[in-house]
Amino acid sequence: MPSLNYAAPTTVDEAVKLLAGASGLAKVLSGGTDLLVQLRSGRMRPDLIVDTKKIPGISGVSGSASAGFTIGAATPGAVLEAHEALKKAWPGVVEAMDLIGSTQIQGRASLAGNLCNASPAADSVPALFAAAAVAVIVGPNGKREVPVEQVPTAPGRTSLAKGEFILEFKLPPRPAHSGDAYLRFIPRTEMDIAVVGCGINVTLDANGTCTAARVAVGAVAPTVLLVDAAAKALIGHKLDDATLKALDAAAQAACKPINDKRGTIEYRTKVAGVLARRVAAIAFDRALGKAGATTH
Amino acid sequence: MAKHHVSAVINGEPTEFLCETQQTMLDVLRDELGLTGSKEGCASGDCGACSVIVDGSLVCSCLMLGCEAEGTTITTIEGIAQGDHLHPVQQKFLEHAALQCGFCTPGLIVASKALLDENPNPTEEEARYWLAGNLCRCTGYDKVIRAVMDAAAVMRGEKAA
Amino acid sequence: MNYITSDLKVVGSRPIRPDGVEKVTGRAQFGADMRMAGMLWGKVLRSPHAHARILSIDTSKAEKLPGVKAVVTSKDLPHIANEEAFVGEGPMNFRDLSRNCLAWDKALYEGHAVAAVAATSQSIADAAIELIDVKYDVLPHSIDVEDAMADDAAVLHEDLFTAGVEPKPAKPSNIAKVVTFRKGDAEAGFKDADVVVEGRYTTKAVHQAYIEPHACLCSYNADGQVMIYSSSQGHFMVRAYCSKLLGIDLANIRAVPLEIGGGFGGKTLVYLEPVAIALSKKAGRPVKMQMTRDEVFRASGPTSGATVEVKLGAKKDGSIVAAKQVLKYQAGAFPGSPIGPGCMCGFAMYDIPNVDVVGYDVVSNRPKVAAYRAPGAPISSWAVECAMDDLARKLGKDPIELREQNGARNGTKTHYGPTHQNIGFLETLKAAKNHPHWKAPLKPGQGRGIACGFWFNIGGESSAGCHIAEDGTVVATSGNPDIGGSRASIGMMVAEVLGVPAERVRTIIPDTSSIGFSFLTGGSRVTFATGMAATQAAERVVEDLKRRAAQIWEIPVEAVEWKDGKAYPAGSNAGAFEPLDLATLALKAGRTGGPIGAEVSVNAQGAGPGFGAHICDVEVDHETGAVKILRYTAIQDVGKAIHPSYVEGQIQGGATQGIGWALNEEYIYDAKGKMDNSGFLDYRVPVASDVPMIEAVMVEVPNPRHPFGARGVGEVPIIPPMAAVGNAICGATGVRMHDLPMSPPKVRAALDAAAPAMAAE
Repeated sequence: MPSLNYAAPTTVDEAVKLLAGASGLAKVLSGGTDLLVQLRSGRMRPDLIVDTKKIPGISGVSGSASAGFTIGAATPGAVLEAHEALKKAWPGVVEAMDLIGSTQIQGRASLAGNLCNASPAADSVPALFAAAAVAVIVGPNGKREVPVEQVPTAPGRTSLAKGEFILEFKLPPRPAHSGDAYLRFIPRTEMDIAVVGCGINVTLDANGTCTAARVAVGAVAPTVLLVDAAAKALIGHKLDDATLKALDAAAQAACKPINDKRGTIEYRTKVAGVLARRVAAIAFDRALGKAGATTH
Repeated sequence: MAKHHVSAVINGEPTEFLCETQQTMLDVLRDELGLTGSKEGCASGDCGACSVIVDGSLVCSCLMLGCEAEGTTITTIEGIAQGDHLHPVQQKFLEHAALQCGFCTPGLIVASKALLDENPNPTEEEARYWLAGNLCRCTGYDKVIRAVMDAAAVMRGEKAA
Repeated sequence: MNYITSDLKVVGSRPIRPDGVEKVTGRAQFGADMRMAGMLWGKVLRSPHAHARILSIDTSKAEKLPGVKAVVTSKDLPHIANEEAFVGEGPMNFRDLSRNCLAWDKALYEGHAVAAVAATSQSIADAAIELIDVKYDVLPHSIDVEDAMADDAAVLHEDLFTAGVEPKPAKPSNIAKVVTFRKGDAEAGFKDADVVVEGRYTTKAVHQAYIEPHACLCSYNADGQVMIYSSSQGHFMVRAYCSKLLGIDLANIRAVPLEIGGGFGGKTLVYLEPVAIALSKKAGRPVKMQMTRDEVFRASGPTSGATVEVKLGAKKDGSIVAAKQVLKYQAGAFPGSPIGPGCMCGFAMYDIPNVDVVGYDVVSNRPKVAAYRAPGAPISSWAVECAMDDLARKLGKDPIELREQNGARNGTKTHYGPTHQNIGFLETLKAAKNHPHWKAPLKPGQGRGIACGFWFNIGGESSAGCHIAEDGTVVATSGNPDIGGSRASIGMMVAEVLGVPAERVRTIIPDTSSIGFSFLTGGSRVTFATGMAATQAAERVVEDLKRRAAQIWEIPVEAVEWKDGKAYPAGSNAGAFEPLDLATLALKAGRTGGPIGAEVSVNAQGAGPGFGAHICDVEVDHETGAVKILRYTAIQDVGKAIHPSYVEGQIQGGATQGIGWALNEEYIYDAKGKMDNSGFLDYRVPVASDVPMIEAVMVEVPNPRHPFGARGVGEVPIIPPMAAVGNAICGATGVRMHDLPMSPPKVRAALDAAAPAMAAE
């Protein structure tokens, strides 16, 4: 019978030593909402579980919109949802995280877990990519900072080396007239894995013309995609019908989805375009300071 | 690995237990502590029948390892009533016939209490979305939501219990 | 006695159910909550293949694992003969049930049980099954019904020859039987019709998806006596199946009904109990077994997936002159789909002179079908009620009026034989027509649909008791596990007869050794049949109480009347005696003949059929195909609502299951015949935010064969929703969906396919 070890280190160094020195498979445990399901189903058979929740700074939100926020890797979604300043500056990031699973999942699930589980359909990831978040990674060779889009490399795989784990995320300072949003398509109203997800982050000038944009689409490729062409369709434009059409086309063109029990290639591609349009409208409204722009 | 020795406060009582690494908190509650009120419906966090409150957060106990409970404060269905004094959510579930087979009921009651602790005045839509993680196959949710809204009114002091 | 026109004091009210507090505090004991000293933990090894010959099973390594106390295969169960069982719900064969619990020479579906172990912990049991070495010869498989019917399909059973076909076929087949129902001459009828609609409809297998997985604790004692604690819809059924499958006398088995966390028909048979008993016998210790959610999906019976072709022919004035249906139902690994009820229920609501229905029961490599709430009828009505909607549109008629015109009424002869008596279909339709929902305005992009349902409901054998304790309080006993609140209704009927408040009666469900036989809880029969037995038991107690009062007063028994819980002298001539209440009479029980109580067993006849009509409003997102249920009203003839809250609950719960069936629930298989979505993440049952409030409207056309007029109510509500939703989608978009579930990709694809034609209009 496989024997499973568990450790709850209280410092970064201790955690790194445990992970780097593990003879078999070692997995980081923050919220556990993916890991425990994988353990129970036998999909994951680690030898060591390293629970990072006792490491100081691993959970919590600090900073401000203007200076930039720092979010502890293991911060539960419910804590992000309750953080008024973060929600005001980055409603897209918060709502994306908030959509994962149920209220119960929200009590535990974390941005780092969602990112490092590296599901193509992870909800928070398109919003994090669109936000240009940075992952602060610690490991045997010290600390390094990496744009989040460089972390997932394939379904279930990340670019983290043995012994490394994410300590926190940094969100960049928020320029004026900026807004982000995330929508996903699911067959029910809750509790489903995204069939398609889209996160868009824009900065506009005082006239409402887009000066900067990042568009990310999820569940349409082996990893979440940052779609440059879609961003380019927005930059320099207002959100008129022609821009929406170009955005839709660019989002669809980037899709490389599969047929699976959650969606077909054709359907996912079409809906990617639909969501891109709807998300852009909300992001632009938020950037323009329009009250009541929500995704529900 | 030898079993873990864990100390936590469960339903107000300081509690100690031994568990293997792979035992979830749900396994511990049911198999080690005899608290079988929390149920296993799926063991994958999709049904909410195992819902408990840990350090003030509503969670699925099937998605938490027993050893993660060290130093935490946990409320299970067994701790919702105070002696023989039912919580308003429990009372309203009975009055509204918001349960049929009763299997999802412990999870729903814990989740509803957590809702009303956080938001004493939810709309119907807010209540439905909060409780989306608690599957019920018998009631169609209608009487459940009515019971929760009615309990909320009682707890806000807007009507007699 | 009949109380239909009486002034009722308890029946019809809404007391708190007697088992409520233990359920809201987590104290109620369900199947997995039982413990016994020395208990072992069981685990089943299941086939990874959809269809395979089992060449060998080597259990030696598992047996050697420390902590393993027993390993069993089908060799540890007696090989029993081919014999039809009339024990559970739906067609069943004892030999098939045994082979389903532990496979003989073939694995017939992915998840089919092949062996089982019992060990000192769950984790040891889980590890032990991985040490069992099974050699398979993998065979081609088929899942969908038409694939299984094809000439080149791999045959599941070499000894299965299609029944109902003349001459008897020489080659074995996956078509277990063909059934036909004919009335008049359908061909001629269609020639006579002015308007014809037809359609081909399909459904996928859907699971009852009770939140509580199967679980049991069984203890085989050295003297051959067995205790079974399990969650089931019938502990007498559990006893009977285990007796047959293990060769144990019935009286040596005591089956204790624990609380059941949902059944809906899926727990009207056994999967784990015979295996647990076999393990307990070998190990000499009690064995607990519970299924994981994955096992529930892979290895317990969902209902059939099916194809249904339907054709309706009508005159210009709206009278339907001909109707035809061809139904093909999956039975799963062994014969016994609900093809019969499917053939009967689709047209049962209508008075049609010429009807031709043919049904096929087809085995295929998926779990054996188990009953699911009105088995067979939802699939059949999905097709018929959509076709009725198409017919209404083609005729330019209101869909309710079309049904009223052709609706079954008292005296209508069905196409399957019986004549309708004392039914409430027209009253149900009238209530639908007059309901504000039917006329409420709709916004653009929204649509409304209506659909109807029929279910026979059954009666059958039930036992119930009524006992007066020494202090005059009342214990009622019911032979039926409570899956819908029946303890409350039975207690209420007893309280009504005794003339005491509902709270004075406590209703419990004794084990199989402590009460007379009761057929299982299913077929919407308990309030009807067990309620009848309970009412009669209470009436006998009342007669006995009157006799005792007469004895005390020394007057003839005819001079005593019973009212509001007391014995009174009947009229001033009888004597000026103070009334005697239950407490007083109970105190004097010893002097007036001994303990006061009665148990009654009945074979209840005259179960009243039920009809429902559901109105559904939807909004369709044309870009994503998402369907939102905006408003839902479910109208049903319930006879008499004994406890209205629980009747509403049945209606709301059944409607919600139907909505799930309509929109998102389905078994998804991969190319190897393995289920791809065996969890609640991807098997998508409705969640709280998916549905609005469901208004349940109870029409009461009393069933004169029940003392209080009750009809079964539990099954009808799952029948209309799929067509109600489909008809609403048609109203919102102009597009007719034919294939369930109507999930967003399929709705979007249907809208895209129809777009050129719509643009041309």
